[in-house]
Amino acid sequence: MTTATITPHAEVAEETKDRSRLVAGLAEVLVGAFGLWAFGLGSRTGDGVRALIGFGVKAGTYQLSLPAKGVALGLSALAILCGLVTVFAPVSVVVRRWIAGVYLVAMVLAFLVWAAAGQSAGLPIPSVVLQTALATVPLVLGSMSALLSERSGVVNIAVEGQFLAGAFTAALTASMTGNVWVGLVAGMAAGVAMSMLLAFFANRYLIEQVVLGVVINVLAAGLTGFLYDRLMAGNGAEYNSPPLLKNWHIPGLDSIPVIGQLFQQNIVFYAAYLIVPVLWYLLYQTRWGLRTRAVGEHPLAADTVGIKVLGLRYQNLFYAGLLSGLGGVWFTIGNTGLFGKNMTAGKGYIALAALIVGRWSPLGAFASSLMFGFALALQYFLSPLGTPIPTAFLQMTPYAVTIFVVAVIGKKARPPAASNKPFKKG
Amino acid sequence: MTTQDPQDAAPDALPDNPDTAPSNWGRLAGNIFTAQSTPLVTLLAIVLALLVGAILIIISDPAAMRELGYFFSRPSDFFNTAWHDVQSGYSDLFKGSIFNPSYINGTPSQFFGPITSTLEDATPLIFGGLAVTVAFRGGMFNIGGQGMTIVGAIATVYVAFSWTGLPGPLHLIVSILAGIVGGGALGLLVGWLKARRGAHEVVVTIMLNYVMYFFLQNYLLTTPAFHDPTKAGQSLSKPAAHGSVLPHLFGHELNTDIGLLIALAATILVAWFFQRSKLGFEIRAVGLNPAAARTAGISVARVQIWAMVISGGLMGLIGMSQVLGLNNPNNNSLSPNVDANLGFNAITVALLGRTKPWGVVWASLLYGAFQAGASVMQANDHISTDIIGVIEALIVIFVSAPQLIKEIFRLRNRDAATVGAAA
Repeated sequence: MTTATITPHAEVAEETKDRSRLVAGLAEVLVGAFGLWAFGLGSRTGDGVRALIGFGVKAGTYQLSLPAKGVALGLSALAILCGLVTVFAPVSVVVRRWIAGVYLVAMVLAFLVWAAAGQSAGLPIPSVVLQTALATVPLVLGSMSALLSERSGVVNIAVEGQFLAGAFTAALTASMTGNVWVGLVAGMAAGVAMSMLLAFFANRYLIEQVVLGVVINVLAAGLTGFLYDRLMAGNGAEYNSPPLLKNWHIPGLDSIPVIGQLFQQNIVFYAAYLIVPVLWYLLYQTRWGLRTRAVGEHPLAADTVGIKVLGLRYQNLFYAGLLSGLGGVWFTIGNTGLFGKNMTAGKGYIALAALIVGRWSPLGAFASSLMFGFALALQYFLSPLGTPIPTAFLQMTPYAVTIFVVAVIGKKARPPAASNKPFKKG
Repeated sequence: MTTQDPQDAAPDALPDNPDTAPSNWGRLAGNIFTAQSTPLVTLLAIVLALLVGAILIIISDPAAMRELGYFFSRPSDFFNTAWHDVQSGYSDLFKGSIFNPSYINGTPSQFFGPITSTLEDATPLIFGGLAVTVAFRGGMFNIGGQGMTIVGAIATVYVAFSWTGLPGPLHLIVSILAGIVGGGALGLLVGWLKARRGAHEVVVTIMLNYVMYFFLQNYLLTTPAFHDPTKAGQSLSKPAAHGSVLPHLFGHELNTDIGLLIALAATILVAWFFQRSKLGFEIRAVGLNPAAARTAGISVARVQIWAMVISGGLMGLIGMSQVLGLNNPNNNSLSPNVDANLGFNAITVALLGRTKPWGVVWASLLYGAFQAGASVMQANDHISTDIIGVIEALIVIFVSAPQLIKEIFRLRNRDAATVGAAA
């Protein structure tokens, strides 16, 4: 995505580097100290309170009982230590990145132990894994879609609109025909229609891509909202009661403890997770991938050696539309069934944030999608635990986490050089 | 639609430099949205968007679609239904927004009712359009209208229902200022994250929209400090005190409040700001070319933060006019959907207004008319107001691709370089 980041001059960057490290480390220490106080020393984790962590699929089975106070204190202390190391220890960038990872995991675990403390139901890990995996599906599909288009130089902010179009069309067509596969194909086609609209106006009429993408999102929200009111609101039985995609159990894998449920899902779920290694392979190991990256970094050079820049951009946006259309399909016939106005609730934009945080690489985008998916799923597995956190704040979490992470990554993220730059031959 | 202030046109005359950072949307938008497009192109874009809207109305009418099934045996059925759908819809759109011919001898409220509704609906759009414009000129894209509107509305409504000790006019003024401060505070956060942390403002603003929405709906409006105890079960705040409500502008019969005057004052102020003030000049400079602005000694970060603060303050005024204005259906209290999609409509308004203050006013009047008419259209013809979003987005897309309009209508292309203008 873009760019609006203004790259500072080299010397400015050098100066700010130490300061930003200091700020980041101190922020980590502060948040860690807050964790120590809130999770370790609060009344919820009093003396002798146990936190039950369940590993069985059925609630309350195979539970591990931990002393809540000690574990939460230990994890918070580990987090503070990570922050101190970031500030004071002369460690390399790679080590710092690992430390940041450890910090994040420690804080999240401390939080979960605090949440589970004293609850007889305990925290069921299989449910956490499953909810996270489910919430991640549209984010992965969306960020892979945006990745495809941005690596070839077109900013795809319209993922949200493609989601909505795909979700609506899938629900409508599947309801009218009674056939999920029609819905699946039609939903993907709707995603393609939206992405081709973007491609057409960005490549042929050279409209600013971020602006265009947002306007297309407005268009998609209006279009689906209008048709929802006209068709689905009045006659839901005919237009908005789609069948759901069948779950396929993968024999053998589906009986693995803890993660077995991940192998009892539908085709969109599997596709979302399979697309990541496939895309990684295609992008870095094939001629198409090399060309895509060339067109995204230096279209003029690519054009000079005979690559058809615009052709490739159209082609990749076609694939991008398929992927985000599939992401849209997930919202309706892949998951809950019914279509609702603006049901994607900004997940297309979160997918874009995942792409930025993942630094425009398939594996990075996947990892950050998982993180955002976890934040999205938080409210589902925390609400049974009866934490004192108001629901509103749990609902806000994924969005606030996105802002936070984008702010932390900040200037380090560098998009493909030609992304958001229209190419005109000649 | 095109207000060509000479000083505003100046940036567009700058030569395009492909090496400049691609962040300067101000320059790009300026180029694209003025380039070679004439009022004729704008008009044709509106016509084209309305045509697409008409097609949507027809294909979403199950009766018309059934008749299309036997189109070749009795085409008149289909054409009759289709014509009836579109004709009644669009004539209600007109009657609801401009003038209803059946009230030619009606009372003043019947006669001027539609046009004053249009003005009332245009008011928040002017604020929003100006807000997006300021950010745009500074090379940033503010799609956080919803969040900033909500914060502005929270600040306004809090002052309006709690600081009742203030005398009437002062209370109103303080309430208005609270809205500006509230929106500006969120703008400050966005600007700081953008300028100091390098966080992309599009992502930050859209996320803040959701954060603020959940904060307002599921938290703030459940707290005793804000929730109206007489409205149990409803997400409504305490109503604003009577003295802090925006007074009627044209007498009690007509549905326009003095928010319109504030909006016009804001327009004059923003126009002055860009033409005459130092900060306005710096914002334009940063938007045009941040690297050059930095070389010239302008602190890009400071300018970006200020641009977002001003943008946020203007967005906060949407919240103010939504809460204290006559359009508030809830007795001047705050409801979770206070934004009413205005934050996003503001983007299309700013783009249609070509990111110029007075262009924004014209665009707001047009879109205000659409909104005022759409509610009548929804009530009478069951055509959802969402179609206005479609039409508005299409107008913006068409206007920004003048070449497409020229191709469709086979206009003579006086300047062969039209397409290249934005490259």
